[in-house]
Amino acid sequence: MSTQAGYNFGYLDENTKRMIRRALLKAVAIPGHQVPFGAREMPLPYGWGTGGIQVTASVIGPDDVLKVIDQGADDTTNAVSIRRFFHRVAGVATTERTAEASIIQTRHRIPETMLREGQILVYQVPMPEPLFRLEPRVTETKRMHALADYGLMHVRLYEDIARHGHIAISYNYPVMVNGRYLMAPSPIPSFDNPKMDRMPALQLFGAGREKRIYAVPPYTEVRSLDFEDHPFQPIRADAACALCGSRESYLDEVVTDDRGGRIFVCSDTDYCAGRQASRQAEAAE
Amino acid sequence: MIEAPLLEAEGLSLRFGAVTALDGVSLAVWPGEVVAIVGESGSGKTTLLRVLSGLMRPQAGSVRYRDPEGTVREVHGMGEAALRRLHRTDWGFVHQNPRDGLRMGVSAGGNVGERLMAVGARHYGSIREQATAWLRRVEIDPARMDDPPTKFSGGMQQRLQIARTLVTHPRLVFMDEPTGGLDVSVQARLLDLIRALVADLGIAVLLVTHDIAAARLLAHRMLVMRHGQVVEEGLTDRVLDDPQHAYTQLLVASVLAA
Repeated sequence: MSTQAGYNFGYLDENTKRMIRRALLKAVAIPGHQVPFGAREMPLPYGWGTGGIQVTASVIGPDDVLKVIDQGADDTTNAVSIRRFFHRVAGVATTERTAEASIIQTRHRIPETMLREGQILVYQVPMPEPLFRLEPRVTETKRMHALADYGLMHVRLYEDIARHGHIAISYNYPVMVNGRYLMAPSPIPSFDNPKMDRMPALQLFGAGREKRIYAVPPYTEVRSLDFEDHPFQPIRADAACALCGSRESYLDEVVTDDRGGRIFVCSDTDYCAGRQASRQAEAAE
Repeated sequence: MIEAPLLEAEGLSLRFGAVTALDGVSLAVWPGEVVAIVGESGSGKTTLLRVLSGLMRPQAGSVRYRDPEGTVREVHGMGEAALRRLHRTDWGFVHQNPRDGLRMGVSAGGNVGERLMAVGARHYGSIREQATAWLRRVEIDPARMDDPPTKFSGGMQQRLQIARTLVTHPRLVFMDEPTGGLDVSVQARLLDLIRALVADLGIAVLLVTHDIAAARLLAHRMLVMRHGQVVEEGLTDRVLDDPQHAYTQLLVASVLAA
């Protein structure tokens, strides 16, 4: 099955995959709860997606179609190399189209195209603990999770409003999963948070350095924390995409020259390319 | 109202190796009453406070607490979640060092609001309103609400800690040397403030101190501890004016008159 001789299918050995799958099952059974697992050394540095790549390696099968995105783009270094990695060690088909993929490994974004049942979204997570900047002791954060004692996170939101007049968290915005566990959604923009709520696809989170796995099963409630009089507001640049004209998608600001020229373009390259193609088709008619 | 004690301890004993910290201590605190525990350093005062408040487990004896519904509960028998909840709602703990009781990186308003948010307040405007009212009550200028406690003086930090503790209207507050480490004039102001608040709100206070003057000013009743035992107990004025036990006599005689 493997195209590269000397490697097991999907790079990891079967016992490791079994261990990770066990952690995944537990994570799915307790939505939002961080399950420890024995993360392996992977052939890429920590912070480049070692957690996500191990989760993907454990759930991927020969019939899967893999898409990898980094900051929404399919053509950045990290996305290209992880996609090529799985093509070599698992021989699976890869794609850049969200709708065609059965597994999507992502860093920092959720695709604009609505995901459907049967798809799996794998997040790369640098820091799985949402409370880590507020409470330095891991023993204490564990206890806080166990007792659902999350007042401290609201203190942080309170401080933001007192200082800035609004909640100034633009990415990795804390969420409550299934009304029970506080969860870090990985550094996706708060713009993407509403997409996590009752998503038909399975969402898996892997943190390689911190050795934690957590999950949100399909159709699970994911609520962004807020105050009654300061409701959660996703942040989006107030502009249209310079390439496809979208006013709904999440935008990147790109510097175009050294004289202050800059444009806003969709961060999701697949979504943007799809819209451009359909526009051209319309123009040709 | 005064039909049953709020907190009742019986036969508390605790040893740290060869050291006896508590040796058969029994006491009761009734609603709205201020009880002082005095004694020299190492006599087991702070340990007693920690055991009574459920932070430490005694080797023998029991602590019973009557909740607002009137049910009597075993403090060391309740779960950790229930105990935590109790500590944030019906109980309060004022530490000697305000740094132990405050979040130093969080603004004064956030410090006061934390207890409210911990018990489920989710309306920013009303949290802020209550925080403002409490800061005013402990004589901190509400204009400094968004400053962190690190920018406050020692006395202000202690007052902030008191505001933070009282914001959920507890019925019982444990105070561990609340005036320790403050200079005399600041101490006097803080004592005045505590006395006024306690009288206004009808809070029961269990006060640990080695400062006899503070105890006389605040407390209705007094317990004198030595080597982990309560050697004398009675109304504050009776104990201080007519000490019976030799150790109490020594303690009272050692107070410097200004």
